[in-house]
Amino acid sequence: MNLTGAQILWECLVREGVDTVFGYPGGAILPAYDALLQYPIRHVLVRHEQGAAHMADGYARASGRVGVAVATSGPGATNLTTGIATAMMDSIPTVFITGQVPSKVLGTDAFQETDVTGITLPITKHNVLVTEAKDVAHSVREAFAIARHGRPGPVLVDICKDAQQAQTEFVWPETIELPGDKQVPMVRWEDLAKAAELIAQAQRPLILAGQGVMRSGASAVLQAYAEKTDTPVALTLLGLGGFPASHPLCLGMMGMHGEAYVNTAIQEADLLLAFGMRFDDRVTGKLATYAQHSKKIHVEIDPSEIGKNVPVDVGIVGDLRGVIEALLPHVPSKRHEAWRIRILGGQNETRTRDIVHQPDNGHLYAAHVMHDLWTATEGGAVVVTDVGQHQMWEAQYYRHEKPRTLITSGGLGTMGFALPAAIGAKMARPDAEVWVIAGDGGFQMTQCELATLQQEKLDIKIAVVNNGYLGMVRQWQEFFYDKRYASTPMLSPDFVKLAEAYGIAGHRVTTRAEIASTVQAVRASGEPALIDFRVEKEEAVYPMVPAGADLHAMIRRPATEEGVTA
Amino acid sequence: MKHTLVARVLDEPGVLNRVASLFRRRAFNIDSLTVGHSEASGVSRMTIVVDTRRTPAALVAENLRKLVPVLDVEDVTHRPTVSRDLALVRVRCAPGERSQMADLVAIFRGKIVDVAPESVIVEVTGDEGKVDGLVDLLRERGILEMVRTGKVALVRGSKADVKTRAADMDQPTSGNGAQPTV
Ligand SMILES: Cc1ncc(C[n+]2csc(CCOP(=O)(O)OP(=O)(O)O)c2C)c(N)n1
Ligand SMILES: [Mg+2]
Repeated sequence: MNLTGAQILWECLVREGVDTVFGYPGGAILPAYDALLQYPIRHVLVRHEQGAAHMADGYARASGRVGVAVATSGPGATNLTTGIATAMMDSIPTVFITGQVPSKVLGTDAFQETDVTGITLPITKHNVLVTEAKDVAHSVREAFAIARHGRPGPVLVDICKDAQQAQTEFVWPETIELPGDKQVPMVRWEDLAKAAELIAQAQRPLILAGQGVMRSGASAVLQAYAEKTDTPVALTLLGLGGFPASHPLCLGMMGMHGEAYVNTAIQEADLLLAFGMRFDDRVTGKLATYAQHSKKIHVEIDPSEIGKNVPVDVGIVGDLRGVIEALLPHVPSKRHEAWRIRILGGQNETRTRDIVHQPDNGHLYAAHVMHDLWTATEGGAVVVTDVGQHQMWEAQYYRHEKPRTLITSGGLGTMGFALPAAIGAKMARPDAEVWVIAGDGGFQMTQCELATLQQEKLDIKIAVVNNGYLGMVRQWQEFFYDKRYASTPMLSPDFVKLAEAYGIAGHRVTTRAEIASTVQAVRASGEPALIDFRVEKEEAVYPMVPAGADLHAMIRRPATEEGVTA
Repeated sequence: MKHTLVARVLDEPGVLNRVASLFRRRAFNIDSLTVGHSEASGVSRMTIVVDTRRTPAALVAENLRKLVPVLDVEDVTHRPTVSRDLALVRVRCAPGERSQMADLVAIFRGKIVDVAPESVIVEVTGDEGKVDGLVDLLRERGILEMVRTGKVALVRGSKADVKTRAADMDQPTSGNGAQPTV
């Protein structure tokens, strides 16, 4: 069968199971867009290519399938880069297709020519420049294989315009072999034996669970392991949802804005089981004083992560679910009564300080918004957060029970992520109740995608946590720069009117009493809606481990005369 | 300490760029990197010398393995190897000193490969220590220009002995549910 390179591209995508792509056309990708009309793929026209990249990312995070974004050469491709880097840092399986100038003029600074494979080299798992139609099928097939394989990630395929236009024989590569030995190595039984021995000896074990739980579908076996060995579970930001928040062994989030008792438990544990996480600096604090009294077992699919930041006693390279399954029969059934009671002491102390347990004092706190949103949605929503204080409050107060119910940019911390990522998530899982939670700052970075939301008729609810500041940066200025608020107060549009301009219902909430009723009203409407939550302006996220400080050196919520309030 | 890694990579455009980009991005401290053809067509061979005081060799190897065009990586530091470095050195040498120079160079099994009125070009091949030794002596006479290839290495013995990463692991069990005997 003779097809053009452009047709081959879509043939391959259809065969890879792609139903939706997010993109924006332009000269160098026009042949591909023209051919797309013949194929059963839904194209979502975005308003900015960054949005397309985050949508592909959100689609992948919500579903586990590969997300795909398309852009033209030059500025189209460069606009994708923030989204590609976001997907890279969080290991999200994505494929980016970009048009490139015709192969004959490559390297001549032709109109809209940019060295896209050069630019994206350090922010992709792999990338390739395709100059001939005959290479399209193999390159696209390989891109999907690489995006999914092992530790997933973004792959970019840059296709010259003439390679899209030329005809060639289409042969679907049935199988694809990656060069060299890219198989995940076998687990060594002596490593399992050594791990089992450490586990048997431990008095104060603690599981640190990360996004790997989601990626390998290890939630159930993780729970079985935790219950059999009576081991509490702390989660990274991207691990939230991997272990049910309501489970008695669930401690919640660790790290910079983790609860004090969680970080204390990490410092006091005698065995850490790091499951599918990578000891990021935001979870370890100062490495020299991190968990000094514990043995460490690290299970990770990417061998280059083992021992990278934290030396470990046993490193096991492998798919998390398979490794825990292999380990489970060899670990003893145990009770760690004393250890759990010790942690519980800290938990109770935290509860008394907790702002959501303070009586309503007429102020609207973001923490209340998260808590009441959680109860109103019965904890069942897919929440897509942006980056900043609201992101941390969401992580603290929206209690996630199931995998893939929190979608957030962890590694890169990309403001502007939430709205487009939510569009991708909703398209991947149309039946899910999808909520955007964004700050007033980050929301404005990609708010143009409100038009995309309307155009695709998506029922997404948006909570703008409006504190009039780039809140997280203001908090750093408050703590570490003597309250000199340089360029963090921010003027915003009237978000209610803004929503209405896009044909989206807008609401405003200024008191705690209105939260639940407004949330219920927009849930019942069956239509997209935006709620502008006018929260306390100068509230801080507590506790906080200052960057680079000891994990146990936390700044706690200050106490006032009436006990502890804001 | 210095570690020597041997990487076999697909001979395709941009491979060296990928490797160099990785080292730069991760701030890996590399002493030398050579690349050239191998016995197999389409496969190049890189010899990489890593300063492990700042960069663990295993971290470099594992990161290299993640690059798609990298076929395999082996740390040959503790294996018996034949390793060679080649230097071409233009050194000051008056006409009357030439025979003395030839004698000196001969001790290192080097040779004079070009003669100019006031200088000669010396070629020497050997392990890095030997080349360093001659270069130090030539420095006293005034090195005008020098180029060194950097280290290349092959493991001694027959090729079948070469350990692969998989063979490194005794008694493997599958991570996907197979029951190990613990
Ligand atoms: C693209 C981008 N630019 C800058 C930052 C640095 N940054 C981190 S949080 C933050 C403030 C976010 O403000 P807002 O969106 O209003 O959320 P808030 O913290 O107030 O909840 C900034 C500027 C970032 N993470 N991403
Ligand atoms: Mg704000």
